Amino acid sequence: MNRQTTGGARVANHPLTQLVLSRMREFWRQPAAVFWVYGFPLLMMVALGTAFRNRPVDKIAVTVVAGSQAEAIQKVLQQDERFVGPGGDVEILSPEICRQRLRTGKTLLIVSTDSQSGSNFTFTYDPERPGSVMARDVINNLLQTAAGRRDPATVEDITVREPGGRYIDFLVPGLLGMGLMGGGMWGVGFAIVNLRIRKLLKRYLATPMKRSHFLGSMMISRLLFTVTEVLILVLAARWLFGVVNHGSFVAAAVLVILGACQFGGIGLLVASRAETTETVSGLMNLVMLPMWIGSGVFYSIERFPASLQTVLNLLPLTPLIHSLRSVMQDGVSLLALLPEIGLISLWTVVTFALAMRWFRWQ
Amino acid sequence: METIAIRCRELVKTYAGRPPVEAVRGIDMAVAAGECFGVLGPNGAGKTTTIEILEGLLVATSGEVEILGMQWRQSPDAIREAIGISLQETRFSDKLSVLETLTLFRSFYRRGIAVADAVQRVGLEDKLHAWVKDLSGGQRQRLAVAAAIVGDPRLLFLDEPTTGLDPQSRRQLWEIIRQYGAQGRSVLLTTHYMEEAEQLCDRVAIIDQGEIIALGSPRELITRLGGEHVVEFTLAPQTAGADRTENAWAQFAHVTSSVYEDGCHRLTVTEPHLVIPQILGHLEQRGGQLASLTTRHARLEDVFVQLTGRHLEESPPNT
Ligand SMILES: Nc1ncnc2c1ncn2[C@@H]1O[C@H](COP(=O)(O)OP(=O)(O)OP(=O)(O)O)[C@@H](O)[C@H]1O
Ligand SMILES: [Mg+2]
Repeated sequence: MNRQTTGGARVANHPLTQLVLSRMREFWRQPAAVFWVYGFPLLMMVALGTAFRNRPVDKIAVTVVAGSQAEAIQKVLQQDERFVGPGGDVEILSPEICRQRLRTGKTLLIVSTDSQSGSNFTFTYDPERPGSVMARDVINNLLQTAAGRRDPATVEDITVREPGGRYIDFLVPGLLGMGLMGGGMWGVGFAIVNLRIRKLLKRYLATPMKRSHFLGSMMISRLLFTVTEVLILVLAARWLFGVVNHGSFVAAAVLVILGACQFGGIGLLVASRAETTETVSGLMNLVMLPMWIGSGVFYSIERFPASLQTVLNLLPLTPLIHSLRSVMQDGVSLLALLPEIGLISLWTVVTFALAMRWFRWQ
Repeated sequence: METIAIRCRELVKTYAGRPPVEAVRGIDMAVAAGECFGVLGPNGAGKTTTIEILEGLLVATSGEVEILGMQWRQSPDAIREAIGISLQETRFSDKLSVLETLTLFRSFYRRGIAVADAVQRVGLEDKLHAWVKDLSGGQRQRLAVAAAIVGDPRLLFLDEPTTGLDPQSRRQLWEIIRQYGAQGRSVLLTTHYMEEAEQLCDRVAIIDQGEIIALGSPRELITRLGGEHVVEFTLAPQTAGADRTENAWAQFAHVTSSVYEDGCHRLTVTEPHLVIPQILGHLEQRGGQLASLTTRHARLEDVFVQLTGRHLEESPPNT
């Protein structure tokens, strides 16, 4: 009994425990920090998840040019609820107004008759607009059928809705990665510079505190914060949007820990020399901004040109988000993700090594 | 146990830069165990630079330092265990309480005193659970001292522990430092308050522009300048008149100078017990009355003025 108490006291009074406790207390007592680390990704998920949730089939704005068969065309188009005008129904308007609407993007397609070339219908649209091309084909089909076309083959539609392929399923791993990045930057980088500015780092150095204990405490508290951070986001995603992990839990956890370490190292590197809040904020944004945009948090990096993708794939956040997505959405095993894991580990080792070399205690 | 707490020889620190700053230019001193030693000097004299070299936080350009018989290069950890430090400016984490801050610092030391004990010594018991940001300036300084003594150091370094405090808080801190010194520990403190050095220190080194210009006990330094005393008195209102402007006082025997400032006559004298009867006799003759009379020793401030021709609060020339 007595021995147990002493053992417990020894752990409680160990410098590592005390340093970690101080970090956690300081964090929790800072409402702004709590919001940015926990609240912000959550808000982002709710906002984006709702905005892009179960979106019914896209509405397509089309306009009919006044003419001999305009009413007939309007009737055909009204059979399909996808076609709308600005006020709801597809409208019949003068050619000038129609052209103006097309130019300003208020309509995607103009249908007209009475063409000089003698064709029955004329479609006017911009082929660069994805919606326009689709509208042209669908309307063409409708008009042809209405004109008496018979389809030789019969078709049947089976529609499925499986969670896993929705935008929110894509978004959650991205937000997890983004959270790990922000956590490392704020939780390690900013925190250390703050201690340096307050001369507390110097004050610690004047005690027998071991430097390894200090740096270790930074990493341990980072990992502890990560656990809560990830749990909150994942559980909220599950309750609110039914997002589930299709892969192994262990694989996802391993990736999260690797990511936390990687961004802990980058945060440490950013903090190794900075002596003012301005410097460290600038450095942090310099590091984070390219990854927010180019690491596939909100959209796939396949939208960028191939040459740029090669570079983006090397950024620390890209392999992390890619592998998180592969595990959570497709159930891929860690073995298949060795190249990504290798890259993450490389970033971790290199940034830690450089940080240790450059780190200034005062 | 060693008899010398701090010894340094030929200490030089030049900060690189254009032009380089010679902050410390050859300082020699030895602080005996159990002594409270003051380093005094105006702003920019090199006090912080000197103390931080001794604390192992700065590396000297040249010179030797020995702390409690040990050298920084050989046994940094042993020295850090044995000393306690309060920096000129440290802002402890705003959102940690006094108790939490001290528990953290206590955890760094292998042996030390209980946190409650440290808190009690600096009189912060009723602020135990208050966050640092809610402490007054004086309470923060006391917290800094508590963090410095929580490892039960044999040698305490305090860099301007009372700067910016009101007189009452200053006196409270002096009492804390005095009690600490009374336990046979050594203290090295820097200050630019002459009064503080006189009150607290067994010996002082007055430094100016990186060099020691006077070293000794406050008493010694003052007597070395001619053993001067100061007699100050004010007259009752009805006595007013001629005596105010009259400069008769300076003609008395044993009076070296006389100043009239803010209704108070201040005479610098060598033999107060011979001067005071003369003053009283003079007043009686003229039917004047004393409102107050005090005598005091000349101050270290006077020593500094004598040595440099400047007051302590003035900046050194050509900087
Ligand atoms: N890091 C530095 N780089 C360059 N010069 C410095 C540095 N630190 C101090 N100095 C210069 O060295 C000189 C001595 O500074 P120091 O801080 O030791 O003075 P001080 O006696 O403690 O003054 P104060 O009473 O204002 O605290 C000053 O001229 C100062 O400008
Ligand atoms: Mg100073």
